[in-house]
Amino acid sequence: MEFTHGGEAHLVRPSPPAQVDDDTWTRFLYMRDNLKGVYAERWRHARGCGQFFNALRDTTTDHFVAVYKRGEPRPR
Amino acid sequence: MRKQTFSALSLIWRGLSGHRSWQQQWRKPEPKTRYDAIIVGGGGHGLGAAYYLAQEHGLSNIAVLEKGWIGGGNTGRNTTIIRSYYLFSESAALYDHSLKLWEDLSRALNYNMMFSQRGVMMLAHTVHDVQVIKRHVHANRCNGVDNEWLEPAQAKAFCPPLNIAANIRYPVLGAALQRRGGTARHDAVAWGYARAADALGVDIIENCEVTGIRRDAGGAVAGVETSRGYIQARKVGVSAAGHTSVVMRMAGVQLPLESFPLQALVSEPIKPIFPCVVMSNTIHAYISQSDKGELVIGAGTDAYTSYTQRGALHINMHTLDAICELFPEFRRLRMLRNWGGIVDVTPDRSPIIAKTAVPGLYVNCGWGTGGFKATPGSAHLFAWTMAHDEPHPINAPFTIERFRDGNLIDEAAAAAVAH
Ligand SMILES: Cc1cc2nc3c(=O)[nH]c(=O)nc-3n(C[C@H](O)[C@H](O)[C@H](O)COP(=O)(O)OP(=O)(O)OC[C@H]3O[C@@H](n4cnc5c(N)ncnc54)[C@H](O)[C@@H]3O)c2cc1C
Ligand SMILES: [Zn+2]
Repeated sequence: MEFTHGGEAHLVRPSPPAQVDDDTWTRFLYMRDNLKGVYAERWRHARGCGQFFNALRDTTTDHFVAVYKRGEPRPR
Repeated sequence: MRKQTFSALSLIWRGLSGHRSWQQQWRKPEPKTRYDAIIVGGGGHGLGAAYYLAQEHGLSNIAVLEKGWIGGGNTGRNTTIIRSYYLFSESAALYDHSLKLWEDLSRALNYNMMFSQRGVMMLAHTVHDVQVIKRHVHANRCNGVDNEWLEPAQAKAFCPPLNIAANIRYPVLGAALQRRGGTARHDAVAWGYARAADALGVDIIENCEVTGIRRDAGGAVAGVETSRGYIQARKVGVSAAGHTSVVMRMAGVQLPLESFPLQALVSEPIKPIFPCVVMSNTIHAYISQSDKGELVIGAGTDAYTSYTQRGALHINMHTLDAICELFPEFRRLRMLRNWGGIVDVTPDRSPIIAKTAVPGLYVNCGWGTGGFKATPGSAHLFAWTMAHDEPHPINAPFTIERFRDGNLIDEAAAAAVAH
């Protein structure tokens, strides 16, 4: 498969690690919005350049609404 | 009106009168303005929980709210494999609690579950599989759960269509067999619980989608907004499978869940040929034969989250490749139908049956690809948790907080894939 799914986008790793409390770690590691509708996700061009990028996808239709670079803010 | 009971005599008697004297199996009530407890989701888990709330905990003013028709979710879409041989003690206790309830369910509900303990065989194809599966067998036996190791020839004796040739891509190196495992009729579970709950006064309200959860000034649950109006309730139990994240978000609760499509398909009906259930986690093939004669085949989940309730075709192709290699005589069978359901998956592939941070709000979810087998047990424990406002000892480890506290019940790592 050319592209692989990388899960929810815009999750920021909390830091510095030693000062992060358990609830913040839990939210980062495990909690997900799992949205029904337009969802910002990471995808990876696995069989191409290997890079991660971000996309907005409607999880009720699987249609991609927008594609943007990682690090960029969510469009609109 | 008193409920008719089912028996061989009543079947013959009403058969003679053209089957025209059967009563409606449950009422179709209008929603009341307030209930003592509401269950969101009319799958087997939700209907069962309502039944046990009424039957064992003496609540009578209960409603089950279902956005579509009861049993139209994963309960009616799954391949009905029932087994309890999970690795960890917590899981073994949970799934075996359920299996024991299955063994008596038809009698308890006076409804034929078509529960058939024909044996579930899990195949090993690699050295790693052999080691993992033998470890499961030993762990299960320590926990009092039946499971035994079979050499390839013994596996073939138990399931004659199985190809145990050494030269296939994923040869069968052995199998684990749980003889108490088997299948049941998916619809019967929803209908049997619905009928029994209705007889105890539970209102089963279909075409009623929950669209909001209202909380009072103290943050506790006050009621639910629905497509059929606002309904008050101080206890709300969410049992919405793939849509749990969507419903819980209405109360501001985020969960460690992702929802994926999972598919199944059935062949044209043929004469009885397949005596048991065979599963292979390694090559993603799950197969049994229904009483109608169709081969019921389960596939894997899609590689990305989705609520489309259909899955990608290549996932089915992959499963059929495996089926054709393991059972070459099925190669010329035609497939009749395929469909998908949306399953809610946790990071450790174990469920959550728990209280939440919101007083009066309870959740039963995360059953993912394997919660049909757990229907009676889960329903029973969820009802207990709602009635006592604290978990039963069996579901006490299955909290949301286990992710924070590092107490995962990591069946995902144990099985290496979804199960
Ligand atoms: C293809 C497939 C194969 C499977 N094979 C197996 C198997 O072999 N063995 C096994 O043990 N498990 C299997 N499973 C998993 C199993 O089907 C589920 O874990 C189990 O049936 C879940 O039951 P439930 O009652 O929680 O969910 P469901 O039956 O899905 O019930 C949830 C209900 O909630 C309703 N709902 C959702 N949102 C709302 C709302 N806002 N308001 C009101 N109602 C709402 C839905 O309409 C639905 O009817 C399989 C699943 C699939 C999809
Ligand atoms: Zn690229």
